[in-house]
Amino acid sequence: MAMLNIDHDAQRFRDVIKGRVRRELRRFMSSKELIGRQGDDMVSVPIHEIGIPKLRYGKNDKQGIGQGEGEAGGDAGQPGQGQQAGDQPGEHLLEVSFSVDELAELLGEELELPRIEPKGRQESQSKRARYKGISLKGPESLRHGRRTFKQALRRNIAAGGYNPDKPSIIPIRDDRRYRHFEMESEPRSACVVLYMMDVSGSMGQAQKDIVRSEVFWIDAWLRHHYEGFEARFLIHDAAAKEVDRDTFFRTRESGGTLISSAYELAADIIAKDYPASEWNIYPFHFSDGDNATGKDNDKCVQLVRDAFLPVSNQFSYAQVDSPYGSGRFLKVMNDNFGDEEAVAVSRIADRDAIMDSIKELLGKGR
Amino acid sequence: MSLPPNRFVGATRDLPPELEAARVEIEALARGYGLDFFDTVFVMCTWEEINMLAAYEGFPVRYPHWRWGMEYLRMQKSYEFGLHKIYEMVINTDPSYAYLLDNNLVVDQKLVMAHVFGHVDFFKNSVWFAPTDRKMLDEMANHASRVRRHMDRHGESEVERFIDLCLSLDNLIDPYAAHIKRHQDSARASLLDADQAPPTAETPRIQTRGYMDRHINPPEFLAQQRQLQADDAARMQRVPERPERDVLGFLVANAPLKDWQRDVLQLVREEALYFAPQGQTKIMNEGWATFWHTRMMTTDILCDHEVVDYADHHSGTVLQQPGQLNPYKMGVELFRHIERRWDRGQFGQDWLDCASDAERERWDTGAGLGKSKVFEVRETHNDVTFLDTFLTADFCREQGFFTTKRDVRTGKWVIDSREFAAVKKQLLSHVASRGTPRVYVVDANHRGRGELRLHHRHDGLDVQVKWAEQVLGNLAGLWGRAVHLETALDGEPVLLSHDGAALTQSAPDVAGADAATASQASAPAAGGAP
Repeated sequence: MAMLNIDHDAQRFRDVIKGRVRRELRRFMSSKELIGRQGDDMVSVPIHEIGIPKLRYGKNDKQGIGQGEGEAGGDAGQPGQGQQAGDQPGEHLLEVSFSVDELAELLGEELELPRIEPKGRQESQSKRARYKGISLKGPESLRHGRRTFKQALRRNIAAGGYNPDKPSIIPIRDDRRYRHFEMESEPRSACVVLYMMDVSGSMGQAQKDIVRSEVFWIDAWLRHHYEGFEARFLIHDAAAKEVDRDTFFRTRESGGTLISSAYELAADIIAKDYPASEWNIYPFHFSDGDNATGKDNDKCVQLVRDAFLPVSNQFSYAQVDSPYGSGRFLKVMNDNFGDEEAVAVSRIADRDAIMDSIKELLGKGR
Repeated sequence: MSLPPNRFVGATRDLPPELEAARVEIEALARGYGLDFFDTVFVMCTWEEINMLAAYEGFPVRYPHWRWGMEYLRMQKSYEFGLHKIYEMVINTDPSYAYLLDNNLVVDQKLVMAHVFGHVDFFKNSVWFAPTDRKMLDEMANHASRVRRHMDRHGESEVERFIDLCLSLDNLIDPYAAHIKRHQDSARASLLDADQAPPTAETPRIQTRGYMDRHINPPEFLAQQRQLQADDAARMQRVPERPERDVLGFLVANAPLKDWQRDVLQLVREEALYFAPQGQTKIMNEGWATFWHTRMMTTDILCDHEVVDYADHHSGTVLQQPGQLNPYKMGVELFRHIERRWDRGQFGQDWLDCASDAERERWDTGAGLGKSKVFEVRETHNDVTFLDTFLTADFCREQGFFTTKRDVRTGKWVIDSREFAAVKKQLLSHVASRGTPRVYVVDANHRGRGELRLHHRHDGLDVQVKWAEQVLGNLAGLWGRAVHLETALDGEPVLLSHDGAALTQSAPDVAGADAATASQASAPAAGGAP
């Protein structure tokens, strides 16, 4: 209906907000609330209302006026979210919803992440429009100039009105020809991501939250690139098991740590379900780097080398600083795969480092 | 009477028969009570439409800007969460348009209609609204198409960013500007005067022997010299001549802007001036409308079964929230107080001289002037004069007003004083400032560098530096050179300066101020130098 010009203004506002979210992405990324707020594929971002700055008086903290009963010195009633509060910049919170895809775009723009070149083919389909021919009807923007002209010329000649010395060809409506497109399905590369998280005793709640925030963003970014996207979630302490997404984001486990257990399980899953010729495979492992034994470290290196690298686009390991763990595993990875293109290693010191870590893991564009 | 065709495309918006009947009844009633209003068109709206209209401040078409979108989303959310609901909205145009929310109860709609007629009467008769453009509906649409045209040419983002700048200054207008004809365009006027005034100093001529003089200094050469001299003098004139409160108007006339920018600034100023009287008469306007809706509803309109709903919603309107002033409550009580006083002849010297409480209590000369008095008051007063004139000690006591202060220990607001003088002072300062500091342009050629100097007439409250910084930055962007604001922070005079990049605070340069005055004083002398 004609009244709703407001949609345009609302869209402008969303654009403004997007710019702001992008600038403040670091803060949003380190905020825990965000991942708690995801619906199906929308994330609602709490954002301070944008005020237009005006010359105003500061908060009146000295004197006010009231009405009612009471003695001097008695309670005057406290202003709630009233006029006084409203005069201050950015005190109203507004929730703006973004699709995960939009957030991924923002992430990519802000971190200047390279686009990923998919490899392999799979039966998962993607649709795209292809121009397949010419039609008599269509939108003006798709009008085919040359064909229209040809048609007019043909009509002119047939009607005998064509003078080669003084050509004057004016297309009429019936002459117009339009490009005609059809939606076509084509096979497109697919992607599977295996998230492995260490949930052993040394991984505290804070560490797990960091991992989950990071997984949320990595997930958004990779999902953005592949139409056929699958994610598998693995948690491990001394033994590994596969869990669903929900559990992955909520679980609390504890126990010892045997990293190889997760790697073995992940390798099994890949071998069973995801032939490398058809899938882009991304194993991610998050841990505090505290493995049970040095022998297990060796086993892990072996697994990465033999089971993951030959089939994966990239193997990523991110280590969260923890007050308990030894953090040795990071060194093991660096020593063994320091110059390996297909391995990305990152250390996350605290929440604020999430963004840099994502950049390290995804910055290779593999 | 035939009304212009409905402007809202796409829907039939005739009122349903029972509401149409109510409208006819209430309109007749209102006229019967002496209310005098523009034709009023009631439009039924869904809540989405009414939120949209509210975001656009009541006008169906506004220029494109993101803040309408923000307002709209905010209202949508808060309506969805059941936090607020707009009952009525009416705009000051002729004919006036009032919007009704379609899922309100019938009794609510009646209340709204009665209330609306009060507002429209106020729009039409208050002198403070007299200068406003009653064809604002069209004007807003014109503004929209002007802005769209600029956007087409210069890009949406660029124009929108410029609008942001303008809006951040749009409270720096002179709400009384339309009522003052004295020095509307002082800057330009002063230049004209300078042109026409005979040069005070001697016309510079090239030194020569007397007999050569008429060849070396022919009349046309002398005329040219006089012109140059006058130009110099004009340049050295202080601009503006006297402090100018209409900062926006001053910028429109003097800032180095592109045509489209000047146009945008101009229309932002027009809109700000259009809305200014609503800020100046908030208490009176709401009080007046409430005064009439209560009278009409309770004496004439209400059916028995509607009383409870009416009482519920009316009490919501005049509810006194702790720590806040409710303009509806304040206004309606004061109008009633005035009516009562003038009905009983409680005015004039005798009344003022009477010191006996008992006598005052009984005082009734049977004057019966209440009704004519309230009509007179609604015509001539604005909120400040309204409170200043009619807020009496009796009223203050009846209403239980008090001043509050923050308890230093607990940080809570506590009652400070019930003393009349203190209450009135606090109320008046609250109403007079409305959160906007009074700021004047004092010098457009500060330090002889074409920098803009503003003066904040400080009346006890400091400006908020965080926002002042951004505003001054925006202003510097518009002005093209550094801008300065004289103000005071924590009792110390301060000069806030913004050069377009960053804000600096300094002690006000007394010397600089002197120099500005001096340059004005020495203008003729400087102009006279060869």
